[in-house]
Amino acid sequence: MYPSTFDYSAPEGLEEALGLLSELGDEGRVLAGGQSLIPMMKLKLAAPGHLIDINGVSELSYIREANGHLAVGALARHADVSSSETVSRHNHTMSSAAPWVADPLVRNRGTLCGSVAHCDPEGDWNSVMLAVGASVVARSTSGERVIPITDFVVDFFTNSLRPGEMVTEVRIPKYQGPAGGAYLKLERKVGDYATVGVATHLALDGAGMVAEAGLGLTAVYGHNLKVTEAEEMMIGQAPGSELFAEAAAIAARTCDPDDNVRGPASYKRAVVAEYTRRGFAQALAMAKEQS
Amino acid sequence: MTTTHEPRTSPEVGGIGHSVRRKEDDRFIRGAGNYLDDLNLPGMLHMAILRSPVAHARINGIDSSAAMEIDGVLAVVTGEALAAHGLAWMPTLSGDTQAVLATDKVRFQGQEVAAVIATDPYIAHDALAFIDVDYDELEAITTPQQSLATDTLIRDEKEDQTDNVAYTWEAGDQDTTDAAFASAARVVSLDTHYPRSHPAPLETCGVVADVNSITGQATIYMTSQAPHAIRTVFALVAGLPEEKIRIVTQDIGGGFGNKVPVYPGYVVATAASLLIGKPVKWIETRTENLISTGFARDFHMNAELALDSDNRITAMRANILSDQGAFFSDAQPTRFKAGLFHICTGSYDFPSAHVTAKGAYTNKAPGGVAYRCSFRVTEASYLIERLVDNAAREVGMDPAAFRAANFIKEEQFPYLSPTGFVYDSGNYHGAMDKAKEMIGYDDWRARQAEQNADPDATKLIGIGVASFTEVVGAGPSRDYDILGLKMFDSAELRVHPTGKAILKLGVQTQGQGHETTFAQIVAEELGIPYSDIKVMYGDTDNTPYGLGTYASRSTPVGGAATAVVSRKIRAKAQKLAAHLLEAAEEDLDWEPGKFTVRGTDQSVTIQEVAFAAYTNHPLGMEAGLEGVTYYDPPNMTYPFGTYIVVVEVDTGDGTWKVLDMVAVDDCGVRINPMIVDGQIAGGLTEGFAKANMQWITFDDDGNCIGSNFMDYLVPTAWETPRYRLGETVTPSPHHPIGAKGVGESATVGSPAAFANAVIDALWSRGVKNIDMPVLPHRVWGALNDVPISP
Repeated sequence: MYPSTFDYSAPEGLEEALGLLSELGDEGRVLAGGQSLIPMMKLKLAAPGHLIDINGVSELSYIREANGHLAVGALARHADVSSSETVSRHNHTMSSAAPWVADPLVRNRGTLCGSVAHCDPEGDWNSVMLAVGASVVARSTSGERVIPITDFVVDFFTNSLRPGEMVTEVRIPKYQGPAGGAYLKLERKVGDYATVGVATHLALDGAGMVAEAGLGLTAVYGHNLKVTEAEEMMIGQAPGSELFAEAAAIAARTCDPDDNVRGPASYKRAVVAEYTRRGFAQALAMAKEQS
Repeated sequence: MTTTHEPRTSPEVGGIGHSVRRKEDDRFIRGAGNYLDDLNLPGMLHMAILRSPVAHARINGIDSSAAMEIDGVLAVVTGEALAAHGLAWMPTLSGDTQAVLATDKVRFQGQEVAAVIATDPYIAHDALAFIDVDYDELEAITTPQQSLATDTLIRDEKEDQTDNVAYTWEAGDQDTTDAAFASAARVVSLDTHYPRSHPAPLETCGVVADVNSITGQATIYMTSQAPHAIRTVFALVAGLPEEKIRIVTQDIGGGFGNKVPVYPGYVVATAASLLIGKPVKWIETRTENLISTGFARDFHMNAELALDSDNRITAMRANILSDQGAFFSDAQPTRFKAGLFHICTGSYDFPSAHVTAKGAYTNKAPGGVAYRCSFRVTEASYLIERLVDNAAREVGMDPAAFRAANFIKEEQFPYLSPTGFVYDSGNYHGAMDKAKEMIGYDDWRARQAEQNADPDATKLIGIGVASFTEVVGAGPSRDYDILGLKMFDSAELRVHPTGKAILKLGVQTQGQGHETTFAQIVAEELGIPYSDIKVMYGDTDNTPYGLGTYASRSTPVGGAATAVVSRKIRAKAQKLAAHLLEAAEEDLDWEPGKFTVRGTDQSVTIQEVAFAAYTNHPLGMEAGLEGVTYYDPPNMTYPFGTYIVVVEVDTGDGTWKVLDMVAVDDCGVRINPMIVDGQIAGGLTEGFAKANMQWITFDDDGNCIGSNFMDYLVPTAWETPRYRLGETVTPSPHHPIGAKGVGESATVGSPAAFANAVIDALWSRGVKNIDMPVLPHRVWGALNDVPISP
């Protein structure tokens, strides 16, 4: 590959990394897994002046449960998420999505936090995070902010980080009770971006009614899309194919996909509806197993 | 898998029929191959090419002064500079011309405009951004239909060109065909596009040109499937004396037809080395390879079959419009402007056919290479196999039974086809029967009937059949040449005093395993263990002249030459053996590796004979045990087979998956069954790719969509279906060892099997055709009557 010229630092601790990020301003870019940044540099779509390689900041390499939520550190790879029993115990939508992220080679290097921060509307993780109500921990030399995912995902490749801030952790809440979730992805081959991706999350109350509903869409809008109208409509309702069909209809009309070589918008809306129905049906089956 | 014929030689000798391990794999799997980019010569410079960002534009001027200021940049080469040496344009393999570096206009996105020569590849690539080209954009013509309708001339530099037609061509007999259609009981038609694809070898194209400014010797290391022909082309184009050109091909990381043509980068790097007096290396990036070098297919096909009242085919007609891109540069025999497309009557016996073809220039990359295919046989096979499948369902017959009723019968070979081919041999019913038995055809049909009968079924089963016939091994020199060079091939065999040997070939491996299989042919003929035979190729100073490897011609032509030269050597060995055994030549019996005096236990081995050839040859006989053969095949070979695929289509999202697949191939005698299986598995995967996911398309402005491996999809082990392979063996009657060539059968035969399977699943829902790639949104569109473009 022939990238533009760049400088490179490899800090060994988080404070050092944040110091560099603060000092370098717009020139500095954090390199974790590099599975999006390096290809963009190869194609000269990105030409950062200085890479801050955080792979030596081992304190960021963790997946753990704490204070009722799941915490995924900035150096946890997709493969770590995919194989983590903690994750599969904690959240079905996440464990369902992890094997759909790119291909095994990318999953061995790429990180969940990096993917969340990248805000690629064709990326899988932010749909999951929107569906499950995650939040993002951002650190800088001046402190820490915890940002709800709905505020973090701003637009096409745009997040709400401030200059000098870096994503250090993503937090996923735990619902106490029967819950399930799924991520269904239409891709042309393993390693492809989604043509359509649908993340569903469903939790039931003691009466078997919908206590929480989450619905996030990939690749059918300018950014990963949380279908709030469908989620709110489902709360308190009896889960089942009629309710899911209603949610699917809302999802299909809320999204705004492009016509391209992966198909016309009408097709993608149809797949959004189909996968919303299928996803919630799978989520319900999982939740019922626990109740 | 077991072979049908027991090998005649021991496993140690490893002649025909032994699945010996590939000799070349030791270095490949250890990462010790020697590819072009592994070559670094002292003082070597690096070249990078500036390419057009737009599909069609006039060039007002090129300012390279800023690039020349950069430290490490030695030269910026433009078309104007090349024109001063008569090198701005070069001939294509189809007799057209192609721009080396654009002078007047750019005619496709990615066309070569200028080249930077620098001390370091990074400097060369960075400098490209500092070359300022002033373009006036013109209308981009992105389809052949648009090309034939517009007044805008793509090739306005050609004095005799008044339209955008690249060629016209026909085959067969129009009158008898029209008469058959006039009296047909039924006519079945199909209008389909075989999409543009790209061979996408893992190693991209490249060159290291090393022209010695003192001696004038040009040593050109190149990724070429046809080094000898390239040498002659270089001599003719550049006016260099041919004895001072040496083309060397090292290990090649896949060719698939992509490495047959001469590309502008080769010419510019050689010119730069000549002018600067230092070696110059140029290696394409992945994107450069995909957007600018030889594409394949891109055939718009309209065809009809005439049937009589007994559901027998009586005639076929086909009308082709091919998208040639900006330059007509198909690599194909001179006489045949649409390659061997007229093999499109396939495996079926009917008297009349007529094919017309027209090529149109468009603002797209040139190419038209035979991607793992014998000159457009792939398009032909796809067309007839899609047509007969639809015809069977139109008349309410099972597609396998309809084929069997129309096959050429075993006793009809040699068979003269209505477009003039003489099929050498075949047993189409045998391959069909075996494939049906292996897959459990009747059971699948029963399961399909049950599952698809439910009008609410969301998973539909489809069974796809394809019974292809290929024509490979060009070719008899009376009919086949490229730029006048007859399509013979050669082998030179030298047996050393210790009984080891070196075999030098005119054909060129790109990973097919020539170092093993060709040694096995010699082992079979002479009884020298295959492991004692070194196989050489790809150095024009040190191997006999040949036309190269493509169109499955290595075994049919180079393999025949190897068998024949081995037999020449055996004839001389017999004279030596007679001398050593003090017997008459005609009293000797031969078994692989040994001559015995008939009726005695007196014998000599081939190794003892070889030693005598250099130490104890009789008076009056020349010393040595060497020979060379140039083999001109009497006919092509005609491999065939039947593939059956079972798919399940999801009507909700339009995806489909393969539930089972059987491929029965008949390539005549199999030299190394393991290598044959590998060739078939690879070819099936490429066929699956084209049916399922793979194409290059363009937007209305002529921007290439498919310029990297995220957009141009190559299946990996994850999405590749599991195949089950079978064989029948019908030896070629005219080939010295009865072999036919197999490298391309599966790429040719399998796309129609996959496509037929999906259509078979959807037929009851009113779907008669979906063009490849059969993408989920196209399936969904066909099921829901939503027009899909693209």
